[in-house]
Amino acid sequence: MGAQVAELGYFSLTLAGVLALTSALVGFCNPRHEQWASHLGCLVVGQLVFVTISFAALIWSFVSDDFSIAYVANHSNSLLPWYYKVSAVWGGHEGSFVLWILFLCGWSVLVVLRRDNYPVSIYTRVLATLAVLNVGFICFALFTSDPFARLIPMTPQDGSDLNPLLQDFGLIVHPPMLYAGYVGLAVPFAFAVAAMLEGKADALWARWVRPWVNSSWAFLTFGIALGSWWAYYELGWGGWWFWDPSENASFMPWLAATALLHSVAVTEKRGTFKSWTLLLSIAGFSLSLLGGFIIRSGILTSVHAFAVDPERGLYILIFLAIIVGGSLLLYGSRAGKFNSAVPYGLWSREFFVLVNNAILMLSLAVVMWGTLSPIGYEAISGGRISLGPPFFNRFFVPLMIVLALAVAFVPVLNWKRTNKARILNFCAREGAILFTVALLVAFILRPETVSVATGVIVSLAILITHIKDLIIRVKTTRPPLAYLGMTLAHVGFAFSILGVAVTSTQSVEKDVRMEPQGQVVMGELNVEFLGVKTIQGPNYVSQQGLFTVRDGETVYELRPEKRRYVASGSVMTEAAIDAGLLADTYISLGEPLEGDAWAVRLHYKPLVRWVWLGALLMGLGGIVAVFDVRYRRLRQRLKGRVGQAGAAA
Amino acid sequence: MIRVRRNRLYVAVFLLAGVALTITLLMLAMEENLNMFYPPDQVVDGRAPSGQTIRAGGMVLEDSVVRSADSLDVQFKLTDRQGSDFVVAYSGILPDLFREGQGILVRGVLTPEGIFQAVEVLAKHDENYMPPELLDLAKDGSPSG
Repeated sequence: MGAQVAELGYFSLTLAGVLALTSALVGFCNPRHEQWASHLGCLVVGQLVFVTISFAALIWSFVSDDFSIAYVANHSNSLLPWYYKVSAVWGGHEGSFVLWILFLCGWSVLVVLRRDNYPVSIYTRVLATLAVLNVGFICFALFTSDPFARLIPMTPQDGSDLNPLLQDFGLIVHPPMLYAGYVGLAVPFAFAVAAMLEGKADALWARWVRPWVNSSWAFLTFGIALGSWWAYYELGWGGWWFWDPSENASFMPWLAATALLHSVAVTEKRGTFKSWTLLLSIAGFSLSLLGGFIIRSGILTSVHAFAVDPERGLYILIFLAIIVGGSLLLYGSRAGKFNSAVPYGLWSREFFVLVNNAILMLSLAVVMWGTLSPIGYEAISGGRISLGPPFFNRFFVPLMIVLALAVAFVPVLNWKRTNKARILNFCAREGAILFTVALLVAFILRPETVSVATGVIVSLAILITHIKDLIIRVKTTRPPLAYLGMTLAHVGFAFSILGVAVTSTQSVEKDVRMEPQGQVVMGELNVEFLGVKTIQGPNYVSQQGLFTVRDGETVYELRPEKRRYVASGSVMTEAAIDAGLLADTYISLGEPLEGDAWAVRLHYKPLVRWVWLGALLMGLGGIVAVFDVRYRRLRQRLKGRVGQAGAAA
Repeated sequence: MIRVRRNRLYVAVFLLAGVALTITLLMLAMEENLNMFYPPDQVVDGRAPSGQTIRAGGMVLEDSVVRSADSLDVQFKLTDRQGSDFVVAYSGILPDLFREGQGILVRGVLTPEGIFQAVEVLAKHDENYMPPELLDLAKDGSPSG
């Protein structure tokens, strides 16, 4: 009985593909037909049902240890705890792709649930565009990376185990969040395609898109923050961002989506930046494809990988060319229509969003260059180069400082233009407060470099201006959720900048050799190494070190581990962290040396939590804004408008 | 309309200045931070420059790892298994996957005496992932692959 589950999963995925193809045909052939639109909704729900069955079948295959399936055999083991068996489903390329498809179906069904908000021709075209994407993804899964492929008759006795790096809580939550964000950007993309086909992108269109942009951006933010947190505690190096191609792959769509988030706000409020917003919608999802699709599957980390698996690579390139090329062609032929001349001054929200977009696009260009140029170089000359973190930091530090400075002005700016006196007044008053606070901070923290001092000052500037404005608004009126969301996100941005500035310069990092009962003094901390004992885990054997840390009066224990996983024989470092809002103490075991001595890595990292706390606030801000009344009551307004038009006629 | 035009001018100037600045900075940063990769034979025969940051790689030669008794200093040899090998000196914690016979990448400076003073040592991430730089070596160099 159980043996056929995988075949059921494969069959369901095929059925979902057929339904997706039908939806695409139905949607594009007759986009204005109410009845057809209802059928389309059913077809979309059908896709979700069948993909869910397929996904459940894959989970079942993992949980029931069906090692006759190649993907299960390569990514699981009978000793693995059940929750890691479930999360192993998205631990490799094939399974993570099914998760990707599942999310696309989920987002499509959310569009169906909000059907009453949109006119029928937009609704059907959005769903049809999403269905076209789904056809592409499902074909990719079925023909080039089938997660259900069997290993018969060479069925192994046991699986070769999930990569120990991925046997962790971080991996249970990080990929789903990130994928929800990646795939979520398909919805604004579909709305852009629908608008271009319709030949109409106005303020109302922007209002339809905004909740989708906000929520997918929020998921992407959570996903990236979780990934960074996971790298921090699981890789055992104490770093939280490495400018690694896989990190950059998620950062590029995030930068584009952040630009889109701001530009679509201008389109909604002022009816301008239309064609730019459309272009960003296309860019955001295209970069998602580039990131999630190409780099995740390892195709472009090296030209060699392409040669190893030419079928997959070729499919991806053709699919990308069709989707990105097709949407850009459509954009090129229609964008001229969306010009609008709405005047605005230099000191206006419009202009500052422009500054924001310009900076984000420059940052995007830098990341893209740093990620893709080594590949290009290899393809052309055969030689190999790499661009290290200094390359990226050199650009990001100044760019983010300018961006933060612009953010600090947001509360004082109006749409269209701002009174000069108001700005001067603001600069004088807030500037004076800030100057005093900054002097105090400089005195306490003694930041060593100019860029750190600037980082601290600009983040404080954002905090002061936003919180002051918030207090005034809360006293006088009940501010809308969209405003609260923006404030929360900007405050989060300030937190992250503060965290990055402080932790990357004020951290103490020591690699030392420690004998049992040996002590090391690190700043105000005294670390004592008590020894190592052996512990048996479910699927690993661990060497656990015992350390006592004395911080003035308080004393605590930390137990970092060195694990050896039985099935694969690979060794993993589990850092022990005393996490705190103000600072983390981080200890990880290096390697055993002569006698009972160990190489030990000791870190003291002030404000490192703020990096992720800030990202969490940003994401929450995005979510809060989605629940603003003006997106909830679209239905009534649309009906009201139709009613009025009818009465007028 | 004049206002609109003036705004467009602002935007255009702003964008042009930004793009020009970025390209200049990109080129400067590329020059400073670009690390070329050299396989063992090029390190040994002197084609790899000394005195500047480069990357090199190879397999860790068996029985070549020497730890200092009272610090974290370590020395080992990297080889391409075709007769070329060179000494790497490093101070610090080696990655979990550092093992004899394993493919390793190092970043650092080659001294005039031919010793590679590493500031970073990278090992293979897992069984499936090989640093792209070492694929050539793995294919035609090592018997174990």
